[in-house]
Amino acid sequence: MYTKVKLENLNVHFGSNHAVRDVSIDFPENSVTAIIGPSGCGKSTVLRSINRMHDLAPAARVTGKILLDDSDIYDKGVDPVSIRRRVGMVFQKPNPFPAMSIYDNVIAGYKLNGRVNRAEADEIVESSLKRVALWDEVKDRLKSNAMELSGGQQQRLCIARTIAVKPEVILMDEPASALDPLSTLKIEELIEELKEKYTIIIVTHNMQQAARVSDITAFFYLGELIECGETRKIFTTPDQKQTEDYITGRFG
Amino acid sequence: MRSVTLRKANNLLMTALMVAATLSVLVPLAFIFVHIIKMGLSSISLDFFTQIPKPTGETGGGMANGIVGSAVMIAMASLLGLPIGIFGAIYLAEYGGSRISSVIRFAADVLSGIPSIITGMVAYTLLVVPMKGFSALAGSVALAMIMIPIVLRTTEEQLKMVPGSLREASLALGVPLWRTSLKVTLRSAMTGVMTGILLAIARVAGETAPLLFTALGNQFWSRKLTEPMAAMPLQIFSFAISPYEDWHRLAWAGALVLVTVMFSLSLAARYFGRSRQKG
Amino acid sequence: MPPVTTAPKWNIKTGFNGDFIFKGITVLFAFSILVILALMIYEMVGESLPAMRKFGRHFIGGMEWDAVQGTFGALPYLYGSVVSSVLALALATPLSVGSAVFITEIAPKKFGAVVAALVELLAAIPSVIYGLWGILVMAPWLQKTVQPFLIEHFGFLPFFKGAPYGVSMLAAVFILMIMVVPIITSITKEVLLAVPQSQKEAAIALGATRWEMIRMAVLPYGRSGILGAVILGLGRAIGETMAVTMVIGNAPQISLSLLSPAYTMPSVIANEFAETTSKLHSAALMEIGLILLVVTLVINALARLLIWSVTRRQRGGGH
Repeated sequence: MYTKVKLENLNVHFGSNHAVRDVSIDFPENSVTAIIGPSGCGKSTVLRSINRMHDLAPAARVTGKILLDDSDIYDKGVDPVSIRRRVGMVFQKPNPFPAMSIYDNVIAGYKLNGRVNRAEADEIVESSLKRVALWDEVKDRLKSNAMELSGGQQQRLCIARTIAVKPEVILMDEPASALDPLSTLKIEELIEELKEKYTIIIVTHNMQQAARVSDITAFFYLGELIECGETRKIFTTPDQKQTEDYITGRFG
Repeated sequence: MRSVTLRKANNLLMTALMVAATLSVLVPLAFIFVHIIKMGLSSISLDFFTQIPKPTGETGGGMANGIVGSAVMIAMASLLGLPIGIFGAIYLAEYGGSRISSVIRFAADVLSGIPSIITGMVAYTLLVVPMKGFSALAGSVALAMIMIPIVLRTTEEQLKMVPGSLREASLALGVPLWRTSLKVTLRSAMTGVMTGILLAIARVAGETAPLLFTALGNQFWSRKLTEPMAAMPLQIFSFAISPYEDWHRLAWAGALVLVTVMFSLSLAARYFGRSRQKG
Repeated sequence: MPPVTTAPKWNIKTGFNGDFIFKGITVLFAFSILVILALMIYEMVGESLPAMRKFGRHFIGGMEWDAVQGTFGALPYLYGSVVSSVLALALATPLSVGSAVFITEIAPKKFGAVVAALVELLAAIPSVIYGLWGILVMAPWLQKTVQPFLIEHFGFLPFFKGAPYGVSMLAAVFILMIMVVPIITSITKEVLLAVPQSQKEAAIALGATRWEMIRMAVLPYGRSGILGAVILGLGRAIGETMAVTMVIGNAPQISLSLLSPAYTMPSVIANEFAETTSKLHSAALMEIGLILLVVTLVINALARLLIWSVTRRQRGGGH
C-alpha cells in the first residue's frame, strides 16, 4: 500500500518534558489508522505534529521528519499554512464558528482566506454537507446559526468544513468523545465512508471504537510507539505484552 | 458584654449613618443634574447648534464651532489611537511573550493614571513648539495619548475571552495566523471591543486640560487642522469663568449637550455589551 | 477561467506571508506604548532642567512666584494641592465607605445596584462641568450662606478667618470631595463584595448585629483594599485640574484659613502655561508638572500594590 504519511524518528519536547520519543510509523493511503493508548501517552501530541499545530506553542520543539508524499513537512521554507490545507483536523469538542451560519461555516476555509465565487461556494457547501449526511437535515436552513445544531450535527458540520477545502489527510482527535452514542455511531459510519477518498488518522481513548473503525492500529505508551499493525491482529494476538495488557484492560 | 438593647440601638444608629452617608453623596449628584438640565434647557436653541459665539457684549450666539471642533478632534484622535490600541492588544493577546507583555501592560496602566494636563504639556512640547503654533493636530494627538491605554486594555481583555478552540479551528483549516487574528478572534470579540471604544470616546469627549495648550480653542471656525480649534469643553471653561451672563448661559447649554452625548455613548456601549451576552 | 475557490496547491514557499508583516505591525504598535511613556518622562525631565538647574532644592521650598522677576518657588502650589486633596479625602472617605457599606450590606440587592449605578454616574461627569457648577452655583452659595455662617460662629479659629469670597480652598475641598467619592465607593464596594460569606456568617452565628458583623468581619478584611481605594482617590484629587482651577481662586498664597483663595499645581499650569513670558517660566511650570507626575505615579503605584494584595489574598484561598 502506498504510504501517504510517514513519521521518521519524531521527537517532541515541551520544555523539559520529552512527550514523544523517537516515533517512526507509516500511515497508508485511504485507510483509517487509529492511535490508542492511556491518557498522557502522547497520542494527541503526535497527531498535532502532522499538521504542524505545535508551531503555535512557543515551548514546543519538534525534531525528526514527517513525510507527506515523500516530502518532509518540517523542511526549511515549507509554509505550514499550505500543509494545513492538505492535512485537515477535526477536534474533540465540536467547534463551529459561533457567529456564522451553517453555510458560512462549511465554506469558512475559503471565506476566511479571501473572496468566494457564489456559484462554486454553493456547490462546495452542498457536496460537503452531502458527504457528511447532513444535507437533508439542514438544506432548508443553511443561513441559520450553526450553534442551533445538536452536538452530533455540529461535529458533522465541522467535518464538512474540513473536507470542503479538499484535504488529502484528515486528522481526528477523539472526534466522538463529546457526543452521545447515536451521534457517535453516525460519525463512525462517516469515517468508514470517508476513507475512500481520504487518509484518516484518528486518536481515540475508546478501544472498541478503534476496533470497529480502523484498519491499522498503533498503540502508544508514555510517548513511545509500542506496537503498530493490522487492527485485527492488535486486538486478538498482539506481539507486545504491554499492548495485550492495555487491550485487556489491565491498565489505562 | 453590653446590653442587647444598647447594641441594637448602636446598630440602628450606624445604619442611619450609612444611609446619611449615601444620601450626602447622592444629593450633590441630584443638584448638579437638576442645574444642568434646568439651566441648559432654558438656554438651548437652534442658534446654539448653528452659530459661533458672538463677541462679548452681544447676546445670542452658540457653540457650533466647538461642537464641530470636538467632533473633528475626537475623530482624528480615534484615527490615531484606535489602530494602536487594537493592534497593540492583538500583540499582547496573540504574540506577546509573557515578560514583554507584562511590561507593556504595566506601561499602559501607568499612562492611564497620568493627569491629563501633563499629557497636554507633553503634546505641547512635541507638536506645538516645533510647529510654532497651536493646532487641532496637537489637540488630537493629546487626546489619542489618553485613548490608547484605555482601548488597549479593554481590547486585550475581550480578545482573551475568545475561546482558543475557535482559533485552532481556523488555523487547522489552513487560514494563516494573521487572518485568524483579524477575521476570527477579533471578529468574535468585536462587540466587546466596540464597547471599550465607545467608552474611551465618551471619556475623551469631556477632556479639557489636554486641549488647553494644544488646540487652544478658537473664537471662529478653523480653516485648517494646523490652526487652533474650538472644542466644547474648552468653550464651557472659558464661558464659565467669564463675567458675562450670556456666556454663562451658553456654558450651561454646552454642559447639557456634552453630558447628553457622553451618556448616550455610555448607554450605547452598555447596550452593545448586553447584546453580546445574548449572542 | 480557473475556478476561484479551489484549494491552493502544494507549495514550498518561504515565509513572505502576511504573518510576518502583521506581526510586525502589532509589535510596532504595542511597543509604541513604551515609546509614548518614555517620551513623556523624557520630555518632562528635559524641559524642566533649566529651572532645576537654576533653583535646585529651593524650588520646592520657595514661596515667591514672580514671572517678571524670574523667581519661581513652588511651595504655594504644593501646599494648595496637598491641603485641598487631603482635606477632600478626609471628608470623602467616611462618606464613600459608608455608601459602599450601604450598597453591599444594608440595601436590598436591586436597590443597592441602582444606588451604585447612580454613584457611577457621578464618576462620568467631566471635570469642567463640575467646575461650571462649582463656580456658578456652589461658590456663590458658599459665599452667601456657608462662609458667613462659618465666620460668624467659628471665626475665632484661624481656619475660618477672612472675608467670604466663595472661590476658596473650601470650595476646592468640597468639589474635590464630590469628585473623588465615586472612585473610592466603587473600589470599596468591590473589596467588600469580595469578603467571603463564611466570615460574615461566623460573626452572625455568634449573635452579632448587622453593624457588629460589618465592623468585626467585613471592614477588617477589606482594610488594605479600602486603604488602596483611598490612596487612589488621593492620586485623582491631586491631578484634578479643571474643576479645581475654576473654584479655588487661583491666588498663590499659603494661609491656614479655608476661606482664602489658594492655588494648586495643575491649576497654575492650566492658567499660565499657554502664555509663558520666558523660557525659565515655562521650565518652572514644567518642573511643577514633573513634581505632579512623580507624585501621581508614586501614589498610584502604592494604591495598586495595596489593592493587588487584597485580590491576591482572596484568590489565594480566602480563609
